Amino acid sequence: MIRGYAGKFLEIDLSSGNIKETSFPDEVLRDYIGGRGLAAKILWDRLGEKWESVDPFAEENILLVLTGPLTGFIPGTKVCVSGKSPQSNGMVGSTIAGEFGVDLKCAGYDGLIITGRAERPSYIFICDNQIDIKDATPIWGRKARETVKFLVKKSVEEIKTLRSNYGEVKDPSILYIGPAGENKTRVAAVVAKYAHGAGYGGYGGVMGSKNLEAIVVKGFGPLPEVYDRDEMLRLFNEFSRRNFEMEDFRRWGTGKGGYHFGVETSSEPIRNWQEEWHNMESFKGEEFDKYWVKKYWGDFGCPVSCLKLATIRAGRFKGAVCDNPDYEFEAYLGANLGIFKPEENIYISYINNELGLCGIQGGAVLGFAAELYQRGILTEEELDGLELKWGNTDAFIALAEKVAYRQGIGDTLAEGVYRAALKLSEIKGVNLLQYVVHEKGIAIGAHGIRSGKDFAESISYACSVQAGDHTSLASVEEYGSGEAFAVLSDSAICCIFTTFGIEDVEILRFHKAVTGWSITKEEWYGEKALRILQIQRAMLLLGGPDIYWKPKVDDDNPPRFWEPLPSGPYEGKTVDRNRFEKDRQEYYRLVCWDENGIPKPEALRKLGLESVEVKLRKTGIIK
Amino acid sequence: MDSGGKIWIERSYENCSGCRRCEIVCSLHHEGRIWPEASRVRIFMFIPGVEIPHFCFQCEDYPCVSACPSKALSVNSRTGAVNVDVSKCSACGLCISVCPGSVPHMHPEKNHIVICDLCDGNPKCVEACQEGKWNALKIVSRVEDVSYKSFACSPQILTIEVAKKLLGEETTKEALG
Repeated sequence: MIRGYAGKFLEIDLSSGNIKETSFPDEVLRDYIGGRGLAAKILWDRLGEKWESVDPFAEENILLVLTGPLTGFIPGTKVCVSGKSPQSNGMVGSTIAGEFGVDLKCAGYDGLIITGRAERPSYIFICDNQIDIKDATPIWGRKARETVKFLVKKSVEEIKTLRSNYGEVKDPSILYIGPAGENKTRVAAVVAKYAHGAGYGGYGGVMGSKNLEAIVVKGFGPLPEVYDRDEMLRLFNEFSRRNFEMEDFRRWGTGKGGYHFGVETSSEPIRNWQEEWHNMESFKGEEFDKYWVKKYWGDFGCPVSCLKLATIRAGRFKGAVCDNPDYEFEAYLGANLGIFKPEENIYISYINNELGLCGIQGGAVLGFAAELYQRGILTEEELDGLELKWGNTDAFIALAEKVAYRQGIGDTLAEGVYRAALKLSEIKGVNLLQYVVHEKGIAIGAHGIRSGKDFAESISYACSVQAGDHTSLASVEEYGSGEAFAVLSDSAICCIFTTFGIEDVEILRFHKAVTGWSITKEEWYGEKALRILQIQRAMLLLGGPDIYWKPKVDDDNPPRFWEPLPSGPYEGKTVDRNRFEKDRQEYYRLVCWDENGIPKPEALRKLGLESVEVKLRKTGIIK
Repeated sequence: MDSGGKIWIERSYENCSGCRRCEIVCSLHHEGRIWPEASRVRIFMFIPGVEIPHFCFQCEDYPCVSACPSKALSVNSRTGAVNVDVSKCSACGLCISVCPGSVPHMHPEKNHIVICDLCDGNPKCVEACQEGKWNALKIVSRVEDVSYKSFACSPQILTIEVAKKLLGEETTKEALG
């Protein structure tokens, strides 16, 4: 009997309304585990043959919401959202925290495979084996708070009729999109609980393209049986204990980052990455304190609670509720826009969440537009009258709305930084790519590489199969803790903020306690992780249909990362080109790619990925 | 006045992080599985960020015990908790409707009610909450001159009360409708 997994997946075709159960052989789950790994396998098997011709917003794209065997068991619970990415045209395993994975497993399913397109705005409702596709017309176009309110109310009523005489019924778990997703922007997140987002990859827009407003799930069963309960609980307690000891991180989460990564490490995006250093004391963690109404906020099983619930109770920003901006939001919706007032940063984060934008991709495109305004390339008139000066929060909020609803200039910006720059370059007749900080269509996370003082390395983004994703970085310094480790945590699935100081072998031990399947470190790095990385790499190389990447040109840092830092203690510093070339070749070697960054045929065969080899040959990628 | 060494679990809702580790340990203790719906303490989250740990308040007059037609419910004289004799429970649900907090709920798979039994005097939920220093649940001595029943409200009402404190009145209205 399979342990740790519910053993069933749901296939939901929104075009026909057909719903059926499916499962995968044990060997597949042993190799690909769940989450990101299994997403790679499913997408390759079903779309690989025609990958480059699949439009991510077309009916034929597949939206996956997958748990991993560790979901619900390891402290810190996440699910993985995936599909063909409208940002990179490859595949991103985009994880999101919350109770969704627990409810899904308790309902009896390890994941959802969603295909087709619903005729009208819809949401999927799952309560154990009762599965319906329901009308979402009343909430289409509404913002997050309205959407959540509607779905909680409706669903609780529905569950009450399914379970009469049960007593009070708890709220179900919900993944939803906002206007940004509905309007198929490429900068939309899949959202949960007001403040959680699966942002990288752009799957909010994929949901929108399927006319899918939300997925609601309630499970009444237990989590699946595990292989060795005592060992699992021993590790649960041990991991928790270590997390409890991290008092500073529990107290602040990443909320001190908005100041720290500027003043200390010079690696924060400031005014669209024109600078990476600031010393704005108004942006210190302590300054955010007065807006916190809850100093601990977390999700199922979480021993850390890195979130802090913030509200604004008075003044012109009254009514805002969100997590106290974590570092990425402080950076991309703060410093990157020249906003250094906590209250305004909280408010724009709240608006971002209400619109269903990804804080990073959305913040990046707002910053990009503002730099064009600064340089006189975009005029006030072209911005529909917005005075897009750095720090003008009202103007940025107005522009965020335009992006989410694809109005005016927002329609272009909704394509994300890279595609927007291509389009505007054409219109303006100048090369605007020099102002875009992206990797293969994905705006880079808020950790710069020029100072060399942050965790990112010279090739972190350039060689990552998830491109700009700062949680899945390529690494030559510690291959073991580089992207192959991210593949483990995104597949198993763990939260990276509850596994600081927990080693890969310990996660593999936890995996064994849950599933009974033993994976050695050597097997993971030398075989299983590598297999998943090759598939993701192949998808990225195939790309299409609108944009294709060439490793020689595109396995590179954005132009701005080659400019010397203009200010701060690391002024003048940037990445050394020779070092970068050396690192890149070294990384290619580590992951069995040839000197041009193409997976080696013999390595693919050894991993049993003959179909990948055939496809890459057919398309001329393997010569 | 102390009530014979009996305990009561005090709740500070604003401190609840929503980690639900109380649900994990409660269901492990009572069911041997991680089973949020079978947990005797349940976290209600009708508004994200407003999490309400909900479980038996041990009213001094125990209306559920008096209402039970099959005498399945009794008060544990040592702990003061309500014990459920599952062999007698007919799952009629009367205890739910007389409970001022609307607390008891059916076991999600078996045909009987579940109610917090204070883990026979050592509540696991409190241990878990204190271990993580959240301090949303805390053990206090049960005293004679306090009406514990007066704390008992439905999760909806508790949500409104806590949300008003955390988010303010207008936002609460907007979030709940």
